[in-house]
Amino acid sequence: MQTIVPKALRRPAHRARLHYRTRKELWCLAFIAPQLILFILFTLYPTIMSYVYAFFNWNGYGSLKDFAGLANFKETLLDPYFWNAFRNSLLFMVALVAIQVPLALLMALLLDANWLRGKVFYRTLYFLPVVTTTAVVGLVMRFVFGAYKGLLNEVLLTLGLIDTPVNWLGSTETAMTIVILVGIWKSFGMKLVYWLAGIQSLPKELFEAARIDGASPWQLLRYLTLPLLIPVGSVILLISAVNALHVFDLVKTMTDGGPAFQTDMVDLYIYRYAFSGSGEARIGFASAAGVLYGIVVMLISVLLGLLVKWSGGRKASGAA
Amino acid sequence: MKKKLKFAPVLVVHTLLLGLGLIWVFPFIWMITASFKTNNEYITSGINLVPQQIQFSNFARAWETARFSVYFWNTLIVTVSVVVIIIALCSLTGYAIGRFRFRGRLLFVSAITATLFMPKGYTIISIYSLVNALGLNNSLWGIIIAEVGGGHVLFILLFVAYFRGLPKELEESAEVDGSGFVRTFATIMLPLAKPIIATTAIMQFMWSWNAFLMPLTLTLSKPELRTLGVGMFQFVGENTMDWTGMAAAASISLVPILAVFIMLQRYFIEGVAGAVKG
Repeated sequence: MQTIVPKALRRPAHRARLHYRTRKELWCLAFIAPQLILFILFTLYPTIMSYVYAFFNWNGYGSLKDFAGLANFKETLLDPYFWNAFRNSLLFMVALVAIQVPLALLMALLLDANWLRGKVFYRTLYFLPVVTTTAVVGLVMRFVFGAYKGLLNEVLLTLGLIDTPVNWLGSTETAMTIVILVGIWKSFGMKLVYWLAGIQSLPKELFEAARIDGASPWQLLRYLTLPLLIPVGSVILLISAVNALHVFDLVKTMTDGGPAFQTDMVDLYIYRYAFSGSGEARIGFASAAGVLYGIVVMLISVLLGLLVKWSGGRKASGAA
Repeated sequence: MKKKLKFAPVLVVHTLLLGLGLIWVFPFIWMITASFKTNNEYITSGINLVPQQIQFSNFARAWETARFSVYFWNTLIVTVSVVVIIIALCSLTGYAIGRFRFRGRLLFVSAITATLFMPKGYTIISIYSLVNALGLNNSLWGIIIAEVGGGHVLFILLFVAYFRGLPKELEESAEVDGSGFVRTFATIMLPLAKPIIATTAIMQFMWSWNAFLMPLTLTLSKPELRTLGVGMFQFVGENTMDWTGMAAAASISLVPILAVFIMLQRYFIEGVAGAVKG
């Protein structure tokens, strides 16, 4: 840009062209302006403010005057409930990434097979939980795993596998497992579609050539499909991990962190302090917890991002 | 590929996929059939799916008494407004970025891309106070503007990629014909972007219909503004014993989005796939 402007000025004949360019540029700015204004107001400003709030004792009303320094951060770091929620969030993330992502890959490979009919039907079937309102999922899961007349208990009782109903979501031993299972079920379809997209973007000619050279289906999978999927896979891993670290709706509606904080997650912990139903809201403290957790999530994202970069995932993901 | 697979293994795969699929969606089937039962029947019927007598009293109770009619319209208004505004914003932005180079372009693109990994949860406090400060706290506009205010990187990038791919001659010939910047966009470029508009509409419809945290926070003290998801959540707390009423309420929240999805699922899954491929 800067090199073009003086050149154009030196030659008067090009003034009209300059004018034309400037007008276009102004139109471009006008086109992005609405988005930019909303972005600044509802994304950039709130992000910056959440860092500011973290240094104050503030209940959400009145002015920010009670400067707390690092006290909120210190309190968070010393709070065993924060670390409990932190551990649960990590556990949820690791479980989802380790179980859901590979299973979705298996299913995607199966649903990509040429000989299989009714693929659209199956994709729709497995995608359904993704489309569903999470609050409804939370409720439905209470029906399914409820102690009293819950679906799972009814099935197990009918089959004679248990004698008395089990309180799946109310028991400290089973609640987290159920939350993880439902978490896997809820977003499985999304990961399935990601993998399918990855598989379908692989170069067809390569597979044709290998097939002509006499490669078996297993060899194709082992030496072509899987290695070629590593870049896309690392992007899927990154998205899955970050999403899982911010689980909120599902746990809020299903267990609300209970029983006895067994399924509490950091985002629930933050919400509790920011919009606590009972007692004074502690927005400064909630923000400090948010900032600390945000740093951890960012570190994990950066690590996975390096993996993405190392595996060439950026190229594969299109860098649109 | 050329080698025909034997019948038996294919049958086994289908049986497995169908069986797992049935378990996969069984909770929904169970819930929808429960919404036609009486509370009494729900308790005694065990795993029996078929209601003795189909009756709609649960729906009437949820729709009127539990005010799901209000929540339904709130959700519809919010969802449709958000979808329309986001398509407008993202197509404008995508056109400018995709077809022109201008000062600040790179900065803008980097800024919105950075928000892709930014947590939504922590900014809710400031968004909440901002909505209050703008005086939008007692209207659906508060929810709409808060949902519209995100980065929407995915949709912007989809529009950018699409507009970039269109031939340069389109614009040039329009200019020769005397069409200005805005008219070229509105009458030539935007109509060409129909596939991306469809993808954006479907995906955003689903996200907005299912949104939870933002509407929950912004309607904490205003029950008349609740959306379906929030209404559902509050309903569970208030009516713990009304199983079939809750099932009916859940069905009301679920059936419209399921219908939209099943009708448009082909575009939807292609859209997601396209977005991943970028």
